[in-house]
Amino acid sequence: MSTHDLEDMGCGTSSSTKDRKSEKALKAALVIQNWYRGYSARLKARQRYALTIFQSIEYADEQGQLQLSNFFSFMLENYTQIHEKDPELVARLFGGTLQDAKDRQDYVSFVDVPDSYNGPRLQFPLTFTDIDLLVEAFKKQQILHAHYVLEVLFETKRVLKQMPNFTQVKTSPTKEITICGDLHGKLDDLFLIFYKNGLPSGSNSYIFNGDFVDRGKHSMEILMILFVSFLVYPNDLHLNRGNHEDFMMNLRYGFTKEILHKYKMHGKKILQILEDVYTWLPIGTIIDNEILVIHGGISESTDLNLLHRIERHKMKSVLMPPISVDEDHDADLRKTKTGANVVPREVKTNESPSEQLPKHEWEQVIDILWSDPRGKRGCYPNTSRGGGCYFGPDITSKILNKFQLKMLIRSHECKPEGYEICHDGKVVTVFSASNYYEEGSNRGAYIKLCCDMTPRFFQYQVTRATCSRPLYQRVNTMESSAIRILKERMLSRKTDLIRAFQLQDRSKSGKLSMGQWAFSMENTLGLNLPWRSLSPHLVTTDKNGNINYMSTFQDIHIQKPVKEAQSTLIETLYRYRSDLQIIFNVIDSDHSGLISMEEFRAMWKLFNSHYSIHIEDFQIDELAERMDLNKDGSIDFNEFLKAFYVVHKLEKLNKSDGQSP
Amino acid sequence: MADDKEREGTELVVAEYHRKIKEAFEVFDHEANNTVDVREIGTIIRSLGCCPSEGELHDLIAEVEEEEPTGYIRYEKFLPVMTEVLLERRYRPIPEDTLLRAFEVLDPSKRGFLTREELIKYMTEEGEPFSQEEMEEMLSAAVDPESNSIHYKDYIAMMVVDES
Repeated sequence: MSTHDLEDMGCGTSSSTKDRKSEKALKAALVIQNWYRGYSARLKARQRYALTIFQSIEYADEQGQLQLSNFFSFMLENYTQIHEKDPELVARLFGGTLQDAKDRQDYVSFVDVPDSYNGPRLQFPLTFTDIDLLVEAFKKQQILHAHYVLEVLFETKRVLKQMPNFTQVKTSPTKEITICGDLHGKLDDLFLIFYKNGLPSGSNSYIFNGDFVDRGKHSMEILMILFVSFLVYPNDLHLNRGNHEDFMMNLRYGFTKEILHKYKMHGKKILQILEDVYTWLPIGTIIDNEILVIHGGISESTDLNLLHRIERHKMKSVLMPPISVDEDHDADLRKTKTGANVVPREVKTNESPSEQLPKHEWEQVIDILWSDPRGKRGCYPNTSRGGGCYFGPDITSKILNKFQLKMLIRSHECKPEGYEICHDGKVVTVFSASNYYEEGSNRGAYIKLCCDMTPRFFQYQVTRATCSRPLYQRVNTMESSAIRILKERMLSRKTDLIRAFQLQDRSKSGKLSMGQWAFSMENTLGLNLPWRSLSPHLVTTDKNGNINYMSTFQDIHIQKPVKEAQSTLIETLYRYRSDLQIIFNVIDSDHSGLISMEEFRAMWKLFNSHYSIHIEDFQIDELAERMDLNKDGSIDFNEFLKAFYVVHKLEKLNKSDGQSP
Repeated sequence: MADDKEREGTELVVAEYHRKIKEAFEVFDHEANNTVDVREIGTIIRSLGCCPSEGELHDLIAEVEEEEPTGYIRYEKFLPVMTEVLLERRYRPIPEDTLLRAFEVLDPSKRGFLTREELIKYMTEEGEPFSQEEMEEMLSAAVDPESNSIHYKDYIAMMVVDES
């Protein structure tokens, strides 16, 4: 299209000129529309790619998390060594984290509320005014005093104990029910839901389908609002347990930290009671005898009749699989869902066998809390997460039919639109934490149900600004975030990656083809990502389209806490820092942030041998010493682990908006 | 000999295209069963660097759809069609200067900008009209809030940088 014929002819145009002009305008419009649609589509694709990165890393992390349960089993096998040195340690790890009678009086009465306290004061027995009070107080960023937190927790446990494993709910033409999915500590989303849909009440029923806590910064506030609402309306506010209502998950994913930070004096007490309260949360809800609402999913062996009967409070944590205490000494080799071999042995701990669920019951609960639906038929281990399974549409039909149900509503997976329907309309995922991975990553949603009417879906997205940013800025934010965590992951496997690259680079040119590079990345990192599309963000290419593979690491490195420390040591500690965090937290039962040097060494020895890490003991000792952590023979492990942080050299600056969120 | 080498070269190119297409497809294959929602096909094709018009997209979809449309496109049908598109270098993207001139056509008095109303009128009444959502999306990034107009030269420059 040349500009020459597009000049304005001024007035007095003939009809043919007019036609020509409008034809030009038409063509111009087409060009702009075509370009815009291409641009917009590429933005959406980038958004999807970022989401894929977040999700695969999240699930890989969860898998790593669950591998820890193998480690604990392994530790138990080898406990005799630690047992001699520290019998307390084992007892602490495998049960007996709670002392005998958790007397309410002992806890609550010793916690005084000072007159100077400006926060909300709850009045027992609780009424709807207390719900209002909490909501208003939390909007003003106030913190509920530990005294009330403990009271609420005790009271919640008392009432939950009376509930069956599955709550039965009925709807009627005048009484709908609202179902919300994962909230993960995102208080703004809960406020938004209440704003759009009203507070819970006798005429406004809710089901909250698990994962109220972890990740977000206001897990405590959400939990308090939900528990208080439950205490005021026990027949209209229903809570299902999620995989994050688990004290071990909280250790890793942030809730424990939040509690210890907000409640410096009484945090430990709160954590101890909370552990218990979780176990009394119902497993699921059944609506009108035909809709099953559970957090994760099902497996081909899901047996609702069994699940109705089990003693649900014995399910302490996904990381504490039951150990069988058979008299039969033949090695009963069993494979856990993750494929590892575990040999149970007779164990003398403080915990008696009657305090654990039998293995097959424990697995049933894991399936309910961890499984994901997929398009492929059949049922197979959920290798991404390392627990529960993937179940296909045939499994859904089979189980729904078997128990005369019509639909399964679940949560557990973040969906861009906040909800997703699959398996021919029989399975619905609802996820209520908008912007879960990053601002702009996804919407949140809730479902309203009533009798025989089709479910209605409501979506929303929390925005920080009063007017939302244009799409390209939101995508940029998300993308930068995703690339950043991906790079950190790559860095934690630097040695292995370089080895993989060099294996393929026979001519030692420092270059690989796109295919070779992508193959090495996928194989080493175990992440199924669109490497080719992501490559421009991660590496540099030469003019022939070949990849300079060392550029993978050019703008990111781990800050070395000690100059002389070997790179492989640093890298290994960096990679396992989350796992180490959990283990340390478990050992540190009084939550002081300190463990003794012996405990550290014993733990490290076992960790070392189980994960086949080739680090000599003396290297760790040296490192700890050099970091001057050996004050009074104890280690502040948070400081120790914090030292391994990552430096990004080239932060991509957000143009136009000037600052990074 | 030269023919063999050429054939081998093409085979390599095709293999690489296959992998690229597979990657893009998989990201939208939510149920991991080698199908995508037909409404996302346009996004996938465009993410691979092609710029079909709506009409051309419509034709492409017809090529990859089932005999009895199911609302889903299968990978087996998509792959060969998309490979051809890439090999033939069809639907090349619009060069920056063409885009600039298109804006200039709509701004004959050469003010250097279009008003909000003018852009809306052209985009929703001419060519392959925008939906309301598309229009709002474009306006949110393109409109300069102070003058309530679109300074198209700046806008284009911004978009181009964002994509590089």
